[in-house]
Amino acid sequence: MTAAENTTVRAAPMVRADGIVKNYGKLNVLDGLDLEVDAGEVVCLIGPSGSGKSTFLRCINHLEGIDGGRMWVDGKAMGYDIKGTRLHEQKESRICRSRTGIGMVFQHFNLFPHMTVLENLVEAPRLVLGEKKSVVVQRALELLEKVGLAEKAGAFPRQLSGGQQQRVAIARALCMQPKLMLFDEPTSALDPELVGDVLKVMKDLALSGMTMVVVTHEMNFARDVADRVVFMADGRIVEQGPARYVITNPQHERTKAFLSSVR
Amino acid sequence: MTDLTKTPEKTTFTSPGRTRDHYTVVKAKHPGRWVSAAIIAVFAVLMARSVATNPRFGWETVGLYLREVSIVQGIAVTLELTAVCMAIGIVLGVVVAVLRLSPNPVVRTAAFAYVNFFRGTPVLVQLLFWYNLAALYPTVSFGIPGVALDANAIITPMFAAILGLGLNQGAYMSEIVRAGILSVDHGQVEAAGALGINKLQTMRRIVLPQAMRVIIPPTGNETIGMLKTTALVSVISVPELLYSSQIIYARNFQTIPLLMVASIWYIVVTSILSIGQYYLERRFAKGGQRNLPLTPLQKLTLFFNTHDRLARKGGKL
Ligand SMILES: Nc1ncnc2c1ncn2[C@@H]1O[C@H](COP(=O)(O)OP(=O)(O)OP(=O)(O)O)[C@@H](O)[C@H]1O
Ligand SMILES: [Mg+2]
Repeated sequence: MTAAENTTVRAAPMVRADGIVKNYGKLNVLDGLDLEVDAGEVVCLIGPSGSGKSTFLRCINHLEGIDGGRMWVDGKAMGYDIKGTRLHEQKESRICRSRTGIGMVFQHFNLFPHMTVLENLVEAPRLVLGEKKSVVVQRALELLEKVGLAEKAGAFPRQLSGGQQQRVAIARALCMQPKLMLFDEPTSALDPELVGDVLKVMKDLALSGMTMVVVTHEMNFARDVADRVVFMADGRIVEQGPARYVITNPQHERTKAFLSSVR
Repeated sequence: MTDLTKTPEKTTFTSPGRTRDHYTVVKAKHPGRWVSAAIIAVFAVLMARSVATNPRFGWETVGLYLREVSIVQGIAVTLELTAVCMAIGIVLGVVVAVLRLSPNPVVRTAAFAYVNFFRGTPVLVQLLFWYNLAALYPTVSFGIPGVALDANAIITPMFAAILGLGLNQGAYMSEIVRAGILSVDHGQVEAAGALGINKLQTMRRIVLPQAMRVIIPPTGNETIGMLKTTALVSVISVPELLYSSQIIYARNFQTIPLLMVASIWYIVVTSILSIGQYYLERRFAKGGQRNLPLTPLQKLTLFFNTHDRLARKGGKL
């Protein structure tokens, strides 16, 4: 926490997590975690199973409430407002509005199975942002083109391969025109030969300047694309820095042990 | 056997030049089926003969009253009651199901209390209660001062019937809808939430449409059940199908023939509803399966058309 208090004034980071604490009953999952992600930065979160990576990611867009600390996204308090010494949970409408600026991609895609690919993309911008149909459809088709699935606009999710579904899920998140994208192990549920297509889309997105926080086990992706790699264990950050240091030349014993186990 | 350790030079398709012996396939015999079929056939014939020859069935009277005006009007009332009460039941069921899944414990408990009360008491008792509401509250004010309506005038038999059956059905439907909602993967709710879609819209646009696949089949069953349950409201003298028949046999004492008339109509209508249910289920199974099985009608056409028709369509229907 001291580090955050001492920072000099500069452009607000896209994500600022200050001493985040999260408990599930007696289990302490996040233990005062600090992290800042600058606009345009790509951060990869790595760490052993159960270390709290998914939990932290879900705290960023308030899919999980927190038990301590503060979270800011794009300069605005996420989930809670300070009143005196207390944190008051925000109203649903406020949280929903904040979430429109944060895209999230899940391990199991979570596409809406009763809608076509195009409908999956168009649904939220229409419903939440109230945008005109023609505008959204136009944008959705462009995004599908970008992820290489223009011809699948009319298909249902079940008719697509896992890799295709995940690319649709990315396009669906992008269709809200978010400022920040969160990825929770986007390629872990895919057959090895389908991983490449998804990573390619993510790499293009990173090159386009999107701010990204990516939980991943793909060390090659982290090495090639991430500006910073953060290694977590037991709800804390153990080591972080440019990929060429953290992955290629880790300093901490736990990082070394983890990296040798995933290879 | 080829040597598996070595990679073969080429893929082989068939072993060339070998002639095979030809066998004829003889299907397994099922003598048990024939015996059971024969026994059932004998019983069926005996029953049909007894039904046809027993004069007390009064088939002529049955024929006479099958299209009697008051009977047909009774069917209309039965259908109307079924439709209205199911509609009330479905709307109430959805609302109560959502309330039962609410994070607010007071709301949740109230919804549970409703379900428990209406499932825990016989519908017949509920109907009698509503019918006799005037005894409990002679005037109804709806909480508005100055308003004092005569309960007897408001609670007509038809109103009591709709209230009783609708509220009772709501309790059952809420359990069905709840099961449907719970069957939808929680990841769907999270994905919607992450897109900024609020809870109410998530329920309406994402969860309920997917819950339909689980909700529709038992709802079809409930509708058929409701059609028959409406016979209960004959006790509060609503002129539905059964009550209309009772009025006639009270006059002419042809009890059995008129009960036959009512039964025949109940069977006819439930059969039609079953067909509707079948097609409705098929419709909502879409997106769930990649290929739907054939309908009986399609099977029948297939049966009467020989293989060439299938071949012409490339094996697809
Ligand atoms: N809803 C929950 N209720 C109780 N415990 C939970 C819940 N979600 C996660 N946990 C626990 O919190 C801890 C951290 O979980 P989390 O999913 O964040 O780990 P992770 O780092 O993403 O692991 P993985 O690499 O396996 O996905 C685990 O011990 C997990 O069992
Ligand atoms: Mg995880």
